[in-house]
Amino acid sequence: MDTARPRPAAAPRARRPDRPVHRARRQFLVSSAAAAGGLALGFHAPLARAQAGGALAVPSAEVNAWVLIHPDDTVVIRIARSEMGQGTLTGLAQLVAEELQCDWARVTTEYPTPGQNLARQRVWGNFSTGGSRGIRESHDYVRKGGAAARMMLVQAAAEAWGVPAADCRAERGVVTHAASGRTVRYGQVAGAAARLKPPAEVPLKPAADWTIAGRPLPRLDTVDKVNGRQTYGLDLQLPGMLNAAIRDCPIVGGRLRRFDAAAVLQRPGVKRVLPVGETAVAVVADTWWRAKQALDALPVDWDAGPHAGLDSAAIARQLAEGLDAPQAAVGHAQGDARAALAQAARTVEATYAYPYQHHVTMEVMNATARFTPAAEGRPARCEVWAPTQNGEAALAAAADAAGLPASQCEVYKLPLGGGFGRRGATDYVRQAVALAQALPGTPIKLAWSREEDMQHGFYHPVTQCRLRAGLDAQGRLTALHMRLSGQSILAALFPQNVRDGLDPVVFQGLNQGGAEGALGYAIPNLLVDHAMRNPPLRPGFWRGVNLNHNAIYLECFLDEVAHATQQDPLALRRQLLAGSPRHRAVLDAVAERAGWGRPSAPVDGLPVHRGLAQIMGFGSYVAACAEVSVSPAGELRIHRIVAATDSGHAVNPQQIAAQVEGSFAYGLSAALFGEITVAQGRVVQTNLDRYPVLTLAQMPRVETIVMPSGGFWGGVGEPTIAVAAPAVLNAVFAATGQRIRTLPLSRHRLRPA
Amino acid sequence: MATLNVNGTVRSHDAEPDTPLLWVLREQLGLTGTKYGCGIAACGACTVHVDGVPVRSCVRPVSTLGADEKVTTIEGLSPDGLSHPLQRAWVALDVPQCGFCQSGMLMTAAALLRDKPRPTDADIAAAVTNVCRCGTYNRVKAAIHRAAGQTARG
Repeated sequence: MDTARPRPAAAPRARRPDRPVHRARRQFLVSSAAAAGGLALGFHAPLARAQAGGALAVPSAEVNAWVLIHPDDTVVIRIARSEMGQGTLTGLAQLVAEELQCDWARVTTEYPTPGQNLARQRVWGNFSTGGSRGIRESHDYVRKGGAAARMMLVQAAAEAWGVPAADCRAERGVVTHAASGRTVRYGQVAGAAARLKPPAEVPLKPAADWTIAGRPLPRLDTVDKVNGRQTYGLDLQLPGMLNAAIRDCPIVGGRLRRFDAAAVLQRPGVKRVLPVGETAVAVVADTWWRAKQALDALPVDWDAGPHAGLDSAAIARQLAEGLDAPQAAVGHAQGDARAALAQAARTVEATYAYPYQHHVTMEVMNATARFTPAAEGRPARCEVWAPTQNGEAALAAAADAAGLPASQCEVYKLPLGGGFGRRGATDYVRQAVALAQALPGTPIKLAWSREEDMQHGFYHPVTQCRLRAGLDAQGRLTALHMRLSGQSILAALFPQNVRDGLDPVVFQGLNQGGAEGALGYAIPNLLVDHAMRNPPLRPGFWRGVNLNHNAIYLECFLDEVAHATQQDPLALRRQLLAGSPRHRAVLDAVAERAGWGRPSAPVDGLPVHRGLAQIMGFGSYVAACAEVSVSPAGELRIHRIVAATDSGHAVNPQQIAAQVEGSFAYGLSAALFGEITVAQGRVVQTNLDRYPVLTLAQMPRVETIVMPSGGFWGGVGEPTIAVAAPAVLNAVFAATGQRIRTLPLSRHRLRPA
Repeated sequence: MATLNVNGTVRSHDAEPDTPLLWVLREQLGLTGTKYGCGIAACGACTVHVDGVPVRSCVRPVSTLGADEKVTTIEGLSPDGLSHPLQRAWVALDVPQCGFCQSGMLMTAAALLRDKPRPTDADIAAAVTNVCRCGTYNRVKAAIHRAAGQTARG
């Protein structure tokens, strides 16, 4: 690969001091190594170089914000979004590498910090990682980052050779001038390229020409997850660090009244007992276990506050009232549903409900903070190490909690042991900063117990839904009124986005159009409205968000309509989706693969029944067909799920399959077992013994059809969760004749038909 | 100072006798590959081997371990952290998503393979009761079969 000809004349110069990313990455770098050839060069290579101390002939060069290239041709791709298992890190790297035309085996990644993003005028854009947006909302600028870097590398080589850049091409990390046969490696020209002016016009490859994107490549971050080396937030060790365990008031809306620190201060390892905000108390000790033991022994009085009598029955009544309320915000209207219902030859009506869910990230909430007071002319500084889905929000929270400008704060993102929406919140960051301020100069690692984690979630909101369908004399669906009643996430977390009582996010999957969920069904008279009812238990974004219950309500009720009118559930859906070809295509794909309409083979002597569901959300079209059996004793077994996803472009099909598989584990956990209840103002469930989740033995076989139709970018981390429950519930109806309208399913006693 | 035989080395620690093995490993010995998930032996993220038997270390008081009992953690599953057949299969099939539960999964699977070198799906379902919230179960199952040198069977 190396050319025998002279190297480019322009020797790469040293790093520019105004680019802070390099300094920081030596202080604290979160990186992941390539699974293939780049492995040994991954995490430790830059440190080893730094320690080698100036023995380098050619320093590493930041070609642009997205691409750093080492002299050995290792390419470091900057990833702004957080990796929490969903594979976005690998997918985004594929998109940059595709345009960069580098050698994929030499690709590594790193997170720029939120502080660097701030200092560089948000050159990396949005850090927020939720709503399945990682790829679908940054594909354009990350690809342009890769393409611009490639153009600069080619330009640098061309200038060194004195030939037109148009006569040179880049492939697998090598620039070639075909006419003269000269080649140069990226590592050799990166420094010169870094000094060039970025191109004004940056054309992107058509997807048809992709060679790195669009392929089922292995993830870049697997190896350290199979040997215990990956450092999650809980695993962080800093010199001189102390550990904190915390207890927040277990009563919704309650406060800390008093605690008796003297009762535990003599316990081994205990350093301090501190109030945190107005609602919590923490013990700081040398180890977390000692802090936790002391906290458990700490006498605490709570001010129960205004919701001490709150329970799930009261919450259900509050929502039920909304089902008939005259006032409701309209999300989607066609024709005149009320009039059409009044005139219908026949109506079908049903009421559904969906309970609170907890995220149960495997890694409990945690953050580490260090507050360094101002001294000797240096301003005060606050640093946070945290597994977060939103580095910028974590930085803002740290700055606010510390009372410092954001420029005096920094957040170092750590790998997440699951996020699912929970780690978009910053409550645990604020707590860690508060503790760090009480012990200036000492890093404090705050970790929640599982009990604390489960009782202080941002729960999947509760909703109820009443659906009324109007049918004409021939049984055709002429009208549908979906009245949603329940909790608004935006009202609790982003009230500025709620206007005139309308939270647009509650209509996910039911909208007239748009990426956040276009209702595919053509119903001449349609009314989808929402009566906002906000119980005091705080809601949050839970993987799949409002699409989850909306899909259950819509897809199970359509099944009810099909059965009430003696129509095949597939045929009814296909007819209503005649004008929505992408919705229909994923539905058709699962029906065909599953063998809908053909008899299914019994399993263990039990008949197998099927159920269908489809929905559009997070920019993608998804469908599922579930196959279940119910034993005479009422035992439900889910044997197989066939799932289809059209995400427009498919950046890494095998990772899409992994997300689809995982979505059934997550969605079926909720459907089968998940329910957070409230009694006497407290969340009743405190651990996995009372909040069971799906296990391997209950996991169905999943066959995933990845069917990108091109032309758009959809998300994949969340949409499939929404079809998991309705596909299974519809199959349960086929098996039992029982229409399950409240969850979890484990509350119902099934009987085979 | 009490001692513990971990990954072939005798290590000393000053934890109180009722401290769960998990926290001695993580906080006294710096072996953070073993994870805290629930603290009540429900999720399996803390699974280690004691004399080859899978143990949920979050509920095992360290004082109950005899001096002759050998603890193996994920860090000791293979000398290089990559060469155990399960680790190779895990990488080949891209099993982990967030990865947090995977140490426990691997330790549970390793104990299973020692007892049943060619496990059936039912054997795997009975042995691997660990919780994974990302939902890697089917790839876990496939990787165990792969490591056992066989294709999946029912």
